[in-house]
Amino acid sequence: MFWRTRNRRSPTRIANRPSLVILTVMALTGILAADNRNPFAKDPKAAKAGESEFRINCALCHGLGARGGGRGPDLTRARKKHVHSDAEMFQVISNGIPGTAMPANGTNGQGVGMTDEEIWQIITYIRSVEVKAPSKPIGNAAHGKELFYGDANCSLCHIVEGKGGRVGPDLTSVGGSRTREAIIDSVRNPSRRLAWGLTESTKEFPQEYETVTVVTADGKEIKGVALNEDNFTVQMMDTSENIYLLEKAKLRSFQKNRESMMPVYKADILSDKDLDDIVAFLISVGAK
Amino acid sequence: MARRIQRILSSLLTVCIYYGLFVPHAHSQVSFERLLNSNKEPQNWLSYSGDYSGHRFSALDEINTKNAHKLTAKWVYQTGATGKLETTPLVVDGILYATGQDDRAFALDARTGRPIWMYQHQLPGDIRPCCGRVNRGFAILGDKVFMGTLDAHVIALDSKTGNVIWDVVAAKYQDGYSFTVAPLAVKSLVVIGVSGGEYGVRGFIDAYDAATGERKWRFYTVPGPGEPGHETWEGNSWKVGGAPAWNTGTYDAATNQILWPTGNPAPSNRGAGRAGDNLFSNALLAINADTGKMNWYFQFTKHDEHDWDATQVPVMIDSGGKHLIAQANRNGFFYILDRATGKLISANAYGKITWSDSKDAEGRPVAKKEASPTLEGHTVCPGALGTTNFMAPTFSPQTSLFYVTARDQCDIFSTAPQPYEAGHAYYGSAYFPSEEAEPYRGFLKAIDPATGEIKWKFEHTSPTWSGVLSTAGGLVFTGDAEGNFIALDAASGKPLWHFQMGGAVYAAPIAFAVDGKEYVAIAAGSAVYAFGLP
Repeated sequence: MFWRTRNRRSPTRIANRPSLVILTVMALTGILAADNRNPFAKDPKAAKAGESEFRINCALCHGLGARGGGRGPDLTRARKKHVHSDAEMFQVISNGIPGTAMPANGTNGQGVGMTDEEIWQIITYIRSVEVKAPSKPIGNAAHGKELFYGDANCSLCHIVEGKGGRVGPDLTSVGGSRTREAIIDSVRNPSRRLAWGLTESTKEFPQEYETVTVVTADGKEIKGVALNEDNFTVQMMDTSENIYLLEKAKLRSFQKNRESMMPVYKADILSDKDLDDIVAFLISVGAK
Repeated sequence: MARRIQRILSSLLTVCIYYGLFVPHAHSQVSFERLLNSNKEPQNWLSYSGDYSGHRFSALDEINTKNAHKLTAKWVYQTGATGKLETTPLVVDGILYATGQDDRAFALDARTGRPIWMYQHQLPGDIRPCCGRVNRGFAILGDKVFMGTLDAHVIALDSKTGNVIWDVVAAKYQDGYSFTVAPLAVKSLVVIGVSGGEYGVRGFIDAYDAATGERKWRFYTVPGPGEPGHETWEGNSWKVGGAPAWNTGTYDAATNQILWPTGNPAPSNRGAGRAGDNLFSNALLAINADTGKMNWYFQFTKHDEHDWDATQVPVMIDSGGKHLIAQANRNGFFYILDRATGKLISANAYGKITWSDSKDAEGRPVAKKEASPTLEGHTVCPGALGTTNFMAPTFSPQTSLFYVTARDQCDIFSTAPQPYEAGHAYYGSAYFPSEEAEPYRGFLKAIDPATGEIKWKFEHTSPTWSGVLSTAGGLVFTGDAEGNFIALDAASGKPLWHFQMGGAVYAAPIAFAVDGKEYVAIAAGSAVYAFGLP
C-alpha cells in the first residue's frame, strides 16, 4: 500500500503552479487524461529544468547529455529499446526495469526519488536531445554480419540473436542501446570500458568482465572472465566456456586485472570500413 | 562459615546473572542506571552502539579467535520486505528488538528468532526519504522502545506488546524532514536527530520526555538570526541550510554532554549562495543533556561542497588520563578531539584524499580552492560517498584499535544550479564515477588512535556498507557487499570465518548472550541472522 507511483503531488503544490491548475481543471473536466500525457511536452523551460534533474539523477549511468555512460544506454536515440511513448517512459523511470540495472526512480525507489513533475521534466529534456537515425545508415550490415560470424572472429566470444560464444557479453541488443562511437571504442579499446564504479543499486549485476588468472592447488593455470566474485570465492569461465567454481583459499595464486580478454582490434587487423559494417550489423539487429 | 556461604551464593548469583542462566521471563525495566552501567551486563545490547561510549564492543569472549572457525548460523528472521535493512538490534534479557524497512519493527525470541510482536508504522504515500526507506534501530528506556519514522514522527512502543504508547510529529515530512536514525535514551529523555540534508531542511536535534512524548528541548543545527553562528550563512541561506543529524551520537556522563554529529550544509554540492563556514554543519556538537544548550562544537569540514556529512558515530576513548573523542570522518581524516573542550588534538588521513594539502593553525585540514565543484566537473577524492559513511565503527579496549569500514573512490563533482522548492531534492550538484581514477576499493581498516597509523587493512572485493563490531574474544566482525558475514582476528586482520548470507550488508553487527551462550547478530538482505558456536 506504500508503493503508489502516480499522483504523488500534494494539492497545495499543484496549486502553486498556474499551468498545472489549468491542467488539473482540464483533467477533471475530462478534456485530458493528464496521467498519460506529458504536461510539459516540448516546453523548453521544462526541458531546461529536466536537464538539471537529469544530471543529478540519471547522468551517473546514462552520462552527461544522455549519450550513454558506463552502463546506461544512450538515450539520445529516438528509437529506444524499452519505451516508445512518453507514458511508457514515465513508467520506466518511475518503476525501473526489473532484471536490469535500471532502478525505480519514483518516490518509492532508490535515493531521493523524483516526483511526477520532475519525471515529466526529464522526459521533456530527453525528447529535446533526441537525434533521428541518419537517413542513410553508415556501413553495410550484410557484410558486417559476414564478418561478425566469419573473419573478424567476433562470434567466437559474443552471441548475437542466439548464435555465438559465451565468454563475452551477448551483443544482440547493444546496437539499440549504445552509440555508434561507444561500440567502435569498445572494439578499438576493449579494456577502457569495463564497467566499474557501480553503486549499490546495481550491485546485483556484478559482472564486469574482468580477467582472472588462477593457479589451482595441483598447479593448473586457468585464465578466464570472472562471472562473479566475493571475498572468498570466484566463479569464472575460460575461453572453452568451462565454468570453474573456486575457493580462493585453496588456490596457489589468484590474480585479477581489468585488461579485457578481448583482443585489441587495431585498424591493421580490422579496417575502419569493416568495423563500420560490423557496427551497422549490430545496429540493425539492436533496432529490431 | 555462614558469611562464606553467603559470599559463595552471592558470587554464584552474579555468575548466573552474567550468563543469563535464569530462564528468561517477563524482563525487567531498562533504567537509565542500567544504560549507564551497560558494561555490567554484556549479555545485553542496550543501545545503538552497545553503550554510551560508542565503542560497539562486546565484553563477551565465548566466541574467540580459537573457536571462531566453528561458528554456525543459529536462526534467520525474514522481514519479508524489500529495500535496505540498516538496523542495529537491541537485546534485553533474551528479547531482540529491531526496526526494519518502511518503519516496521519487531521483537524476537533472541534464542530462536521467533517473533513475539510486530509493528508497522502507517506511512503516507507521498513521503520522499533520501537514500532508501531505512531505519537504523530502536532506543530503549523503562518498558518502552523508541523509533523515528520516515514521515518525521517519534514513536514509543510498549516493549512487551509493540503497542503505540505515544506518537508525536516532529516536523513536516512534506518539506523533506524524516528520521532514519536510532534514537539515544539519556536520563528520562529520548534524543533524536533529523534527516533531510538533501532537501534543504533546517536541521535539529530533539529531546522528548520518554514517559509522555512531550518535547523538552530542540537544538537547531543551523542558528537563526541573533544566535551565534548565524553570521556564517549568506543572506537567507540558513533557512534551508541542511545540517541534519541523522546518525546516533553518544553521551558523556562525566560532563553530562550529549555528543552528536551533524551533516552537510544544503545544497550539498554547491557553495554559491551560502558563503561562510555554514555552522553547525559537518560538526560534532556537545550539548547539555538537561537544557539542550550547546557547550562547544568542532566543525570538521567548513563550507562543505562534497556532501561530506560528519555524521559518523563519535567514539569516546580514554587514554593516558585524557578524555578523548575520535571520529573517522567521511572527508577521509581521522580526528581526535578533547572531549571536555572540543579542541582538536590530531587529524590524520586514513584513505585516499586529494581535497586538502594543508592544515590551519588549529591543525584542521583545509580544503584546496580547486577542490570546489565546477560546471564542467572535476575529480576529487574521496567521492561523494566519502571515505566512510554511516557504517558504525568500533573501538576495542582490548587492542586499543579503532576499526572502520573505508572506501577509496574518487568522483567527478559538477554543479547543477537548482532552485529551492520545499520537499524537493536540493543538491545543487551532480557527481559521477571518475573513469580516469582507479576502480573503487573497499577496506576494513584498523587505526591506532594514538598515532593515526593504520595497523592493518583487509581489502574487500568491493566497498561495503557494513558496520563493525569488536569483542573481547579478540575478534572483529563485519559484512561485505557480496553478502558475507566475516570474523577477523582483531590483532592481525586475518579472516577466520565467513558465512554467505545471500544479501548485501548495510547494517552493523552486535553480540549478546542468552542462557550463557554467546550470539553474534547482523542484518543482511531482508533478514536478521544470528550465529553462535555449535
